[in-house]
Amino acid sequence: MVTRLGFLGVIARLFMWAFLLGLAVVVLYPLLWMVLNGFKSNAELFDNPFALPDTWSFENYQKAWNRGVSDYLTASVLVTVTSTVATVFISAWAAYGLTRVNIPLNKVLTAVILGGLMLTPTVALVPLVQMFQSMGLYNSYWALLILYTAFRIPFTTFLIRAYMIDLPREVDEAAEIDGAGRWTAFWRIILPMCKPIITSTVLLHVLFAWNEYLFAMVFTNGSDVQTLPVGLTSLMSKHGTDFPVVFAGMAIAAVPVVLLFFFGQRYIVKGLADGIGK
Amino acid sequence: MLVRTMCRRALGLAWVIPALVMLAVFVYLPLVQNFGFSTLTWDIYSGDQEYVGLENYRRLFDDPVFWSSFANNLWYAVLSIVFQVFGALLLAALVESVRRERWQRALRAVYFIPAAISLTVAGLLFYFVYEPNIGLLNHVLDAIGLREFAQPWLGQESTAMFAVIAMSQWQGFGYCTLLFAVAIQRIPAELYEAAALDGVGPVRRFFQVTLPLVREMTGLMVMVTVSGAFQVFNEVMVMTSGGPNNSTQVLGTWLYRNGFVRNDFGSAAAIGTVLFVITLTIAMAQLWITRRKRVEW
Repeated sequence: MVTRLGFLGVIARLFMWAFLLGLAVVVLYPLLWMVLNGFKSNAELFDNPFALPDTWSFENYQKAWNRGVSDYLTASVLVTVTSTVATVFISAWAAYGLTRVNIPLNKVLTAVILGGLMLTPTVALVPLVQMFQSMGLYNSYWALLILYTAFRIPFTTFLIRAYMIDLPREVDEAAEIDGAGRWTAFWRIILPMCKPIITSTVLLHVLFAWNEYLFAMVFTNGSDVQTLPVGLTSLMSKHGTDFPVVFAGMAIAAVPVVLLFFFGQRYIVKGLADGIGK
Repeated sequence: MLVRTMCRRALGLAWVIPALVMLAVFVYLPLVQNFGFSTLTWDIYSGDQEYVGLENYRRLFDDPVFWSSFANNLWYAVLSIVFQVFGALLLAALVESVRRERWQRALRAVYFIPAAISLTVAGLLFYFVYEPNIGLLNHVLDAIGLREFAQPWLGQESTAMFAVIAMSQWQGFGYCTLLFAVAIQRIPAELYEAAALDGVGPVRRFFQVTLPLVREMTGLMVMVTVSGAFQVFNEVMVMTSGGPNNSTQVLGTWLYRNGFVRNDFGSAAAIGTVLFVITLTIAMAQLWITRRKRVEW
């Protein structure tokens, strides 16, 4: 396409590019600084925070790893994986029931499940602490698994439901003619057709569970059940003067989700767009 | 026969029961309990409980820290609307006007990265950015000859809250930009072509085509952002824990402090109720907006 830009147009374009690239620098530079500081010694960091590290050693990363980050990482992976599987399955089941099975009180049930979207975790915090203490689940993986699942079911069901509604009715009829039961129809036919939205919801839940802080902080206090976000703050309070080790820990926590975003970008964007745009 | 059909229909409920049970027990029940708890004084260690009616609310509303926390949440909401909604909308329009597809995607991805990392990592990172000795911000000011503006950003009451809010904008604007970018892409290209044929320049195209057609999305984003502003917790906790001298306290951290530091669960529950009323009001407004007729094109 040939466009004719006047002198003013050229200047405007230049300004636009300067702004867009400048903003990219503002976003990226602190992150780069974080990763680089993980390679420095404490003295180097105080001497000149801008400089590149003298020697590239993984010592701080190793230290961070040994001072608890490996435990936090294990806890994060465990909680993230289990709560993702639980949330997505329970939500897909519910979405199937609400959209493709003729169940009584459908509208009311839909409202009850999606209504959970409006409620915020902070409000329920005090009663939940009491409940989990009396159930003996305080300071355990179970607390986080249950809470992450319960509080994310509304959003996840909302996304999957919106997708399932649009699938053609003939699919179910064909399955019925073939003699497939409800379970087979769900498992073999509908679920595979929902693959794109399932991928989106999995990625969005992983981002959420990996980064969640409020529940993780309130419901765990032993280092072996602490997830990365909480673990990093304890790393900070225990080894706060050894800044490079904290930077290394932060980098270890950040890199997996940044990679996840890059590889799953398409699905994350789609999920977000569906979630808010519908 | 009728009975059998009804039984079969009821059996269908099995699909939604796991979700319903999880929500009823862990979301709705605690919500109701919270109202009850807010009428008690309650020492969790001794287990002593006493019914005090609305006393917790009276104490709460008499407490200046409650009101300054509320004001901080409001600041959060206002500045987030400015930067994360309208700033992101302008930015998305700029990014979508970039003609090279590859650059466009790269920019969107770069801006989103902070939103993918946790608020804890971002909060800790900015704790160091604002740090007086090694902090990036003071060093940058120094480097561009503005040394006199260097200060302990998080350590003084006058700047701490805005420093925290600034970090939130850094973390969150890419998320909104991405959503607006998607909304703008859904606008049919013919509308822009028609506008271009009429000799309408890019600025007027933004106001006459883009803005009206993303109005619904903008309304939603305002609601989501305001609702989020009243739920702020993580970044404040990580960067300042509400200090110095309660200057960065928000309702979420004030609830936490009352309940889990001061062992005053009744007050914490009362703050929970206030938060519930606020977020429910916002959610209702949101529903009302989405129910209204959609923009036709």
